[in-house]
Amino acid sequence: MRQPYDGVVITAPVTLPCVRYTNETAHWWIARALKEALQVIDVAPQQLDGLSISSFTLAPDTPVGLTQHLGLTPRWLDTVPMGGASGVAALRRAARAVQCGDVDVVACVAGDTNRIDSFRNLLSAFSRFSMDATFPYGFGGPNASFALIQDAYMQAYGATRADFGKIAVAGRANGLRSPNPVMTRPLALEDYLNARMISDPICLFDCVMPCAGAEAFVVMREDMARAKGLPFARIRSTIERTNAFPDDPMQLRGGWEMDVEELWNMASLGPQDMDLLNTYDDYPVISMIQMEDLGFCAKGGGPAFVGAHDLTIEGTFPHNTSGGQLSQGQAGAAGGYLGLVEAIRQVMQTAGNNQVPNARLACVSGFGVINYDRGLCSAAAVIEGDV
Amino acid sequence: MTDPLAPPPKKDPQKRTNTPVLPPAARSRAALGLAIMAGQGRFALQVCDDCQAIQYPPRDACHKCLSTDLPWRDVDPTAQLIAETTIRVSPEPYFRERMPWRMGAARLTNGPTLNCHIHGEVTRGDTVKMALKLDKAGQGVLIALPTEGSDTMQDDPILRAMSCDPKHRRILISDARSPLALALTEALLAAGAAHIFLGEPEDWRAWPERAEFECRDNVSLLPLDVTDTSSITRLASEIGGKTDILINTAQFTRPGTIMQNDTTFARDAMEVNTLGLMRLAQAFGPTMAARAQDGTNAAAALVHILSAQALAPDAGFGAYAASQAAARSLCNSLRAEFRPSGLRVLTLYTGPVEGDPWFQPLPPPKVTPKALARTLVSALIDGLEEATCGDIATDVFTRWQENALLLEREKTGGGA
Repeated sequence: MRQPYDGVVITAPVTLPCVRYTNETAHWWIARALKEALQVIDVAPQQLDGLSISSFTLAPDTPVGLTQHLGLTPRWLDTVPMGGASGVAALRRAARAVQCGDVDVVACVAGDTNRIDSFRNLLSAFSRFSMDATFPYGFGGPNASFALIQDAYMQAYGATRADFGKIAVAGRANGLRSPNPVMTRPLALEDYLNARMISDPICLFDCVMPCAGAEAFVVMREDMARAKGLPFARIRSTIERTNAFPDDPMQLRGGWEMDVEELWNMASLGPQDMDLLNTYDDYPVISMIQMEDLGFCAKGGGPAFVGAHDLTIEGTFPHNTSGGQLSQGQAGAAGGYLGLVEAIRQVMQTAGNNQVPNARLACVSGFGVINYDRGLCSAAAVIEGDV
Repeated sequence: MTDPLAPPPKKDPQKRTNTPVLPPAARSRAALGLAIMAGQGRFALQVCDDCQAIQYPPRDACHKCLSTDLPWRDVDPTAQLIAETTIRVSPEPYFRERMPWRMGAARLTNGPTLNCHIHGEVTRGDTVKMALKLDKAGQGVLIALPTEGSDTMQDDPILRAMSCDPKHRRILISDARSPLALALTEALLAAGAAHIFLGEPEDWRAWPERAEFECRDNVSLLPLDVTDTSSITRLASEIGGKTDILINTAQFTRPGTIMQNDTTFARDAMEVNTLGLMRLAQAFGPTMAARAQDGTNAAAALVHILSAQALAPDAGFGAYAASQAAARSLCNSLRAEFRPSGLRVLTLYTGPVEGDPWFQPLPPPKVTPKALARTLVSALIDGLEEATCGDIATDVFTRWQENALLLEREKTGGGA
C-alpha cells in the first residue's frame, strides 16, 4: 500500500487566458504565471524554494537557464516533459519532495508560446519517430494521429460521431461560462455533425486550437499553507504510466487501465464518489477512453455512458468544467495543466461561474506525447478540498 | 479499380510551372535504411539478431531485448489495414497541394503497426501488401498496396508520384546506335511512353538499323553526340523542356590492361562514359529539375546504364572500368544535386550485353537487350534508384554490398 500524501497541499491555481498567436516567448508566459502564483502565496522570486517546469518551446534554454533569466535560486528544480500528463506528473513529484523535506514550496508552471508557423516547426521536430514515421505520411499532425485512433475505436465499439459530439458540445457549454475562453460561440450538436472534416473522422470541433498560454499551481507543506491562511486542496491518490500496452495494434486504451485499481485503492474512494472529472481533451475520443480506463464505465461502454449523462456543470456527470482545451485552447504543455488547475479551483470552491455546487472530490487525468502512433504518457489524480 | 490516367493536355506556356516542393525530408540515421531498401525495391525492416523481433520505426536498440544488433532483413509484406484517415488539412506545402491525402495504420503479420500511405484500391480492413518506395524527398516511405491490383493500379496519384512510370512521358535515349536502343524504344512505347527521342551521333555515317526507327510513330532521331557540348546544347534547346526521362545509352568500350592499353582509348572512354553523362546532366538537368512537378508528364528521372565493372574491375578492362566507376560517382553526386527537385537518378548495372561487338569473345551469361529493356522499364515503374540486370551484375552487386573489399580481392585474383 502506497504512503498517503499527508502534510502536503496544493494551492494558488493560476490560469492565464490563452491567445491564438503571440510574439512573446515561453519565458514571458511562464514568468507571468509564476508571478501571479508567487503573489498569492506571498513569496519573493528570490526566496522560491522549488520549481517544476513543463514547456515545449523554451529552446535553446532549459529550466536551468530559466532560473537565471527569472532571477530564481531554487534548491530543487524539476523538468517534466510529459506533455498532456505534465500537470499530474509535476504534482506527484513535487508532493513527494515536499513531504520528504527536500523542499518546502514548489511552484509548478507550464507555459508555451505559439508564433505563426511555429506549430508546424514544433511538430517537425517533435520526436524522432514522428519525424521518421508519422509526418512524412500527409503531415496531418495530431489530427491525423487521433483520427486513426478514433477510426479504430469507432470500428471496435460501434461509436458514432454524435457520441463524441456530445462531449464537445457539453465542453463548449461549460467553457462559455468561464472568463476568457478562446472559443466564444455556442456549439450545438448539429453544428458539430455538420462541421467540415479535418482528418476523417475528426472534424473541426474535435480539434484543439494550438495557442500560447500558461498555467501554474503551488505545492507546499500543509502547516505553511495554514500559517499563510491559504485555501488548499489535498492529494488523495495519483498514478502515472509511460508506454503502456506497447503491443496493442492500435491505442484503444491508455496506461490508466494498468493502474486504475491502485488509483482508487490509494484514495479509498471509487469513481462514484467523484463530484467531477477533468480529462485531457485535445480530442473527444481520448476523453471517452479516459472515462472507460478510469473505471467510470466499462471498456467500450463510453458511448452509452456519455449518452446517459449530462456532462455540463449542473449535469449528472460534470466533465471538463472549464470547457477543457476544446474551449480554452491548447497552450502546449500548459494544456497538460489545465484540467488539474481547474479541478484545484473546483475543490477549493473558487471556480466562480464554473463552480460545480459543493464539489469536494475531483478526478483529473492527463495524456501526452504522441511519439509515433499513440500517446505514451498517462497520469491521473484524485484531489479533495479542505472543506 | 484506379481511374486510368488521361494523357496530359498540351502545356499552356502562359501558366507558371509549379516549383517542386518536397514532402518532409528530415530523417534519423537509422531511418535512412528505409531509403536504401526502397531504392532497391526491397521490403526490408530491421530485425533483431538476438530475438528476431521486427522493429519499426527504425531504431538503435531492440524494443524487446535491448540488443543493438538490428540488421535490415526482407520481411513478409503481408499486413492488415486496421485504421485509415483522409487528411484534409496540413501545414506542409507538399501535402497542401495534394489534398485530400489518405493514410492509415497497417498491422504487419507478426510485426508492428506501420503508419503508411494508402493506395486508392485498398480500404480499412483489407489485407494489403506493404511496399517501401522512395518519395519525392528521396526518402523511403511505406505504402499499403492491394494484394492483387487492377491493370491501372500504377495510375494511382500517390503511387505515380513515387514512380517514374514511362506512361505518357517523353523519353530521350542518348545514343540510337547502342545495341540497347531498339529494345528500349520498343519496351518504353509498350509501357505507354508518349514519344521517344533518340540521339544520333555522326548522322552522316550510314547504319542499316536506322530503318527500324524511321518506320515508327512517336519516334524521332535527332543529332546528338555526347562528346560534343554544342550538339548537346542544341538538342537541349530544342527538346529540353519536353524531356521527361533521359536514358543515357552512350558507351565506349575497348578492352585492355592499364599497362598495355593506349591512353587515347582511355581518354575516349572517359569522354563518352563519364563526361558524356556530365554534359547531358549540365544541358538537360536544370530544365528537368525545374519540371519535376509539372503535372502528369513531369520530368521524372535520369537513367544511366553502368557496367557492373563500376563496382569492381574485371581483369583486362582497366581504363573502361575506371570510366564506369567515375560515372557511378557522378551519378551519386547528381542524386544529391537533384534532391531538392525530387528528380530521380536511376543507375542500372548490367553485365556484358549480347550483340555488343566489344564483348564478343566473352563467355555467357550475357544480357539480351530485351531483358535489359524489361528491367529498365520495371525499375522506372517501381521508382528505383539502383537495379541490376542479368546474373553477372546481380551477383557482383550482391557481393559488393556484402563486402566490397572481398569482391575486389576475388575479381583481381587475390583470393583463393
